[in-house]
Amino acid sequence: MKPMTVVTSLGVALPAANVDTDQLIPARFMKEPRSVGYGQFLLYDLRHDAQGEPKADFILHHPEAGKAEVMVSRRNFGAGSSREAAVYALVDDGFRCVVAPSFGDIFASNAVNNGLLPAVVTEEDAEQLLAALGSTPGAITVDLEALTVSVGAVSVPFTLSPVWRTKLLNGWDDIDMTRQHTDAIATFAHQYAEQFPWSAPFPPDAALIGKG
Amino acid sequence: MSSPTTLFDKVWRAHEVHRSDSGQSLLWIDRHFVHEGSFHAFNKLGERQLPVARPDLTFGIADHYVPTQARDVELVADPKVRSMIEQLSHNTQQHGVTLFGLSDPRQGIVHVLGPEQGLTQPGMVMVCGDSHTATHGAFGSIAFGIGASEVAHVLATQTLWQSKPKVMRITVEGQLAEGITAKDIALTWIARLGADGARGYAIEYAGEAIRALSMEARLTLCNLSIEGGGRCGMIAPDQTTFDYLRSRPWSPKGEAFEQACAYWSTLYSDPDASFDLEVTLQASEIAPTVTWGVSPEEALPIDHAVPDPEQLSDPAKARQARDSLAYMGLTAGQKLTDITINRVFIGSCTNARIEDLRAAAAVLAGHKSRVPGMVSPGSTLVKTQAEAEGLDRIFIDAGLEWRHSGCSMCVGMNGDLVASGERCASTTNRNFKGRQGPGARTHLMSPAMVAAAAVTGHLADVRQLPVTSLTQLGVRS
Repeated sequence: MKPMTVVTSLGVALPAANVDTDQLIPARFMKEPRSVGYGQFLLYDLRHDAQGEPKADFILHHPEAGKAEVMVSRRNFGAGSSREAAVYALVDDGFRCVVAPSFGDIFASNAVNNGLLPAVVTEEDAEQLLAALGSTPGAITVDLEALTVSVGAVSVPFTLSPVWRTKLLNGWDDIDMTRQHTDAIATFAHQYAEQFPWSAPFPPDAALIGKG
Repeated sequence: MSSPTTLFDKVWRAHEVHRSDSGQSLLWIDRHFVHEGSFHAFNKLGERQLPVARPDLTFGIADHYVPTQARDVELVADPKVRSMIEQLSHNTQQHGVTLFGLSDPRQGIVHVLGPEQGLTQPGMVMVCGDSHTATHGAFGSIAFGIGASEVAHVLATQTLWQSKPKVMRITVEGQLAEGITAKDIALTWIARLGADGARGYAIEYAGEAIRALSMEARLTLCNLSIEGGGRCGMIAPDQTTFDYLRSRPWSPKGEAFEQACAYWSTLYSDPDASFDLEVTLQASEIAPTVTWGVSPEEALPIDHAVPDPEQLSDPAKARQARDSLAYMGLTAGQKLTDITINRVFIGSCTNARIEDLRAAAAVLAGHKSRVPGMVSPGSTLVKTQAEAEGLDRIFIDAGLEWRHSGCSMCVGMNGDLVASGERCASTTNRNFKGRQGPGARTHLMSPAMVAAAAVTGHLADVRQLPVTSLTQLGVRS
């Protein structure tokens, strides 16, 4: 993954609470291979009307929105389903950071694993940023070194777990990190199997298959 | 003597392979379930040309995309849906992973199948690329949903990096009244704390009312932990747990089972263990509860009315309520029991176990449903058992469709959808906008309450309807 330090881009305001992952990408698009680009599915049912026509006044249809790399929203962003496709939709549409007062736990992990920064701000600061951006994309700066988000004269701090900050700053990948621990894992697995012998699956006798 | 420890900490510590300087733990994973949606993770593994580290601890289950009208993959009309089922077969076969596939007599929803087969056991750390993995915590395991990158990591290493969450205990004191279920407990605490009220926490459920719950009900309660934002939900194992696990197909056998029970008996929170947050509910205050909005936190006892945003002092809540009422097509102040429905759905990992089907059948017996609907058992074995008990006849005679098992209309990936603008009384777990289909309106409630809505055609208080004893009906349970 690409290391991240400062994102200077356009930001868009999505002033809604509980933007769950079902809204970020409706389930019916998730059988597509990633290669088609998931950006086209982002918030699909919010940005289209019942006839499937794009809603012209939706922020993501603003002529400048294609350049936006930061989204600001309200509390509990990305709650619900563990679908990493919700993060793919944001990333494939060009987003590198979401700013909100809180995130669904699984979404936040998925975000960091894909180089998308989940920046947590207070409710008051989120409202300030939303107001500063208004209904059009606007200049925004997210500084991962200084842990600040700025829109014009409004500059607010954000929080992020130090582990995730390090991962994003370095563009690290978990599988690579874990490979340093291959021997420790093998040793653990051996000891664990001795200590908890019953934890290994006991495959059923053929006669038991089909019985609950 | 070691310091008092929570159930969560006991299980966590037993699985710590390594703790990094930054405080993250590398956890050993006892069970990893994959489903059709895990194709992204298998593709990531393929890109790096890595094998599955422990195929013996990995289990494939076809549930999210499976058809509920027939069990033949060739009959799936949508080639993309068919491909999802076939990719799972291919990936599990290629890596030597046991598959509970579409035509397997044990097939079912992963969170129904795991416990039913005895794959889920106390003291384990279990993961699956599905947020309702919290279900398995009903046995006293740490079980949680993960994303595709993490699925790939577990496939490659059988471990996962995690930061230790805080631990909260939800205690439900006293006894639940007749007709009150685990679903009502869950919707009640989520309405009280909010859909992110347990964010950052592992939840332990405790108290007299919890101890009295069956395994099925405990599974429902833990299943919904994620709807309150919890990382996982767990219940200390006890005799109910051990009795359930004895002689399950994949349970430890013989002396190993006795050894396991001796260890499992040590898995409880010590009396003086401290929690980061304690919440107490009185069982007597819990009523049959339904959702009215588009978040599980928007839930109320059935005898209440839909909120009036003008009466809410918090502007954020008022704004959210206005938006929810608009999507749901409801009027501020409308009585919940005046909300008419178009459809019912009984199914999902939340509420489609045998007890759930019995509870719904007891209300439906001898009645016609006023609306169309379908019943999709949680597993093929639940379906078989329900048919042996004669429950299928009750549903069919009521005018409902008796389907095969799968995630079905909870998430609609297989094409079982609620039409735009339709209102569905549903035993599922999410009332999100569009969850059951674009424009669909979902009201969550217990199986008996869905049956009550079917019988009356509107949201209804099951306590005011006659419930037939299934034994009186000659049902063979």
